[in-house]
Amino acid sequence: MKWFQIRKKIGKESAKKEIPDGLWIKCTSCDEILYKKEVEKNLMVCSKCNFHFRVNSAFYKKLLLDEGSFTSFDENIQTADPLQFKGYVKKIEAARKESSLSEAVITGEAKIDGRDVEVAIMDFSFIGGSMGSVVGERVRRAIERASKQSLPLLTVNASGGARMHEGIFSLMQMAKTATALNKLKTPYISILTNPTTAGVLASYASLGDILIAEPGALIGFAGPRVIKQTIKKELPDGFQRAEFLLEHGLIDMIVSRKNLKDTIISLLSHLC
Amino acid sequence: MIKHLDFEKPIIELHERIEELKALNGNMSGIYQTELKKLNAKLVKIRKEIFSSLTPWQRVEMARHPNRPYTSDYVKFLFKDWTEIHGDRRFSDDNAIITGIGSLEGISFVVVGHEKGRKITEKVKRNFGSAHPEGYRKALRVMKLGGKFNLPIVCLVDTAGAYPGIGAEERGQALAIAENIKEIAVIPVPIIVIITGEGGSGGALAIGIGDRIYMQEFSVYSVISPEGCASIIFRNQEYKKEAAGYLKITAEELKKFQIIDGIISEPEGGAHSNHEEAAKLVGETILKLYQELKDIPRDDLIDKRIEKFSQMGVYIEG
Ligand SMILES: [Zn+2]
Repeated sequence: MKWFQIRKKIGKESAKKEIPDGLWIKCTSCDEILYKKEVEKNLMVCSKCNFHFRVNSAFYKKLLLDEGSFTSFDENIQTADPLQFKGYVKKIEAARKESSLSEAVITGEAKIDGRDVEVAIMDFSFIGGSMGSVVGERVRRAIERASKQSLPLLTVNASGGARMHEGIFSLMQMAKTATALNKLKTPYISILTNPTTAGVLASYASLGDILIAEPGALIGFAGPRVIKQTIKKELPDGFQRAEFLLEHGLIDMIVSRKNLKDTIISLLSHLC
Repeated sequence: MIKHLDFEKPIIELHERIEELKALNGNMSGIYQTELKKLNAKLVKIRKEIFSSLTPWQRVEMARHPNRPYTSDYVKFLFKDWTEIHGDRRFSDDNAIITGIGSLEGISFVVVGHEKGRKITEKVKRNFGSAHPEGYRKALRVMKLGGKFNLPIVCLVDTAGAYPGIGAEERGQALAIAENIKEIAVIPVPIIVIITGEGGSGGALAIGIGDRIYMQEFSVYSVISPEGCASIIFRNQEYKKEAAGYLKITAEELKKFQIIDGIISEPEGGAHSNHEEAAKLVGETILKLYQELKDIPRDDLIDKRIEKFSQMGVYIEG
């Protein structure tokens, strides 16, 4: 072990001891110990390195939508177990309890700066934001409502990919959502948060007219671990991060959380 | 050397004995004839026994069989006046996907298909059938040619998956797949999709959108490989056999789920035991499906195609 690794290790261990529970949090990216209330005030962004902590769908609802304007749709669409996949029913029950959500996406209508919009906000805390039949159908219906009522569509994405437990049905949600977008003639803005990967990225999430990523978000098709195993090489620094995608011309912009709503408002005022 | 799977061994051995006996045909006396008849009958019986009771994992092995016919084989046996088309006109020509135009019973088809490659040099050239974004972009470009010039399209799906690599990510693997799915859905000509081997997740779906989806008898179609599923669920790839069962990836299961429209039977012993016969059966299905689709007004065709995928999924609506 090199000296700086040792120092880092000791630093980490002592830091762990010093963090009083609940009051302080450590930045995942720069290791800075931060006063939790300050981080919350800063929209869960590290004041030192701009690291964007992962937040849930309720957070984005509050951040992006006009207060009290959200009407939820399709909550009654609930998870089934089409393959009778071992352990899936229990997994769903546990996820519902832990996240207080019915599935990995909330969809509905809302206002942004007074403008009606259709929204779909994913939630990573529900089985890693994975897309099964419920996510696919809720998103499809959101797309359909936006198409029929000529409303702009906003999606906020956070997903590890397809819901393996629903097998081929989860794969087909990529087809369901992506093909449905052909009928949408209104502006579609897609926000890619940390992480947006695999099946969700390879379908509706990357089909926005405008693609906005949060700083540092992991965005890619294959997981870094799988790629490393396949090519048997170390991955370059910053690989599959939002900045990497911007550099390679794959997304339109990176926007910090604090500027996200204003950016959306401005884009919609141009496009609508 | 002919490669074969473990469970094919009894068939191979019997086959060899029959061939040996035939080699002695200089003086085919009654005794040899009777023995030959007996062995042939046994071969039919054993084949039937083995192939009617394959486990899900054995079906995965069949779908990945090294001698299984690939797109180039189907092209060779089915499509006359074949003209291959190369490149995505953006980055390069991805040899993991073959695209071109050929004629089947006098009808010109655009053909798009994965190609795994037979010999090792060929496999490397084809990247084992795992495409990069430029492969999917080439496929879309050539399928749009079909749309423009009113040529029906056949897609032959056989891939372990889209390639997970640095270049693939740099050039937008996920974006290429998403764009294909969306844009293929509105190409205004009949599209027939046939899973001929491995239907590997997004890499399969990227050329898997069509009006009719068929699977060959011993092909599989899955959201994740059994190995991948096993390593996530059991943290151990050794459970791939169990995972293959859980995932429900065989043609019969997917037909039951109404994910696919039909199954194309394979010659005795699987497509790899007789490429020409396998191709014949695929060709007949293509022509039958083309007849079903060719007169549907183009707007209806597209609406129905999108509707088809909008129906897929199982949920409870309370
Ligand atoms: Zn930090």
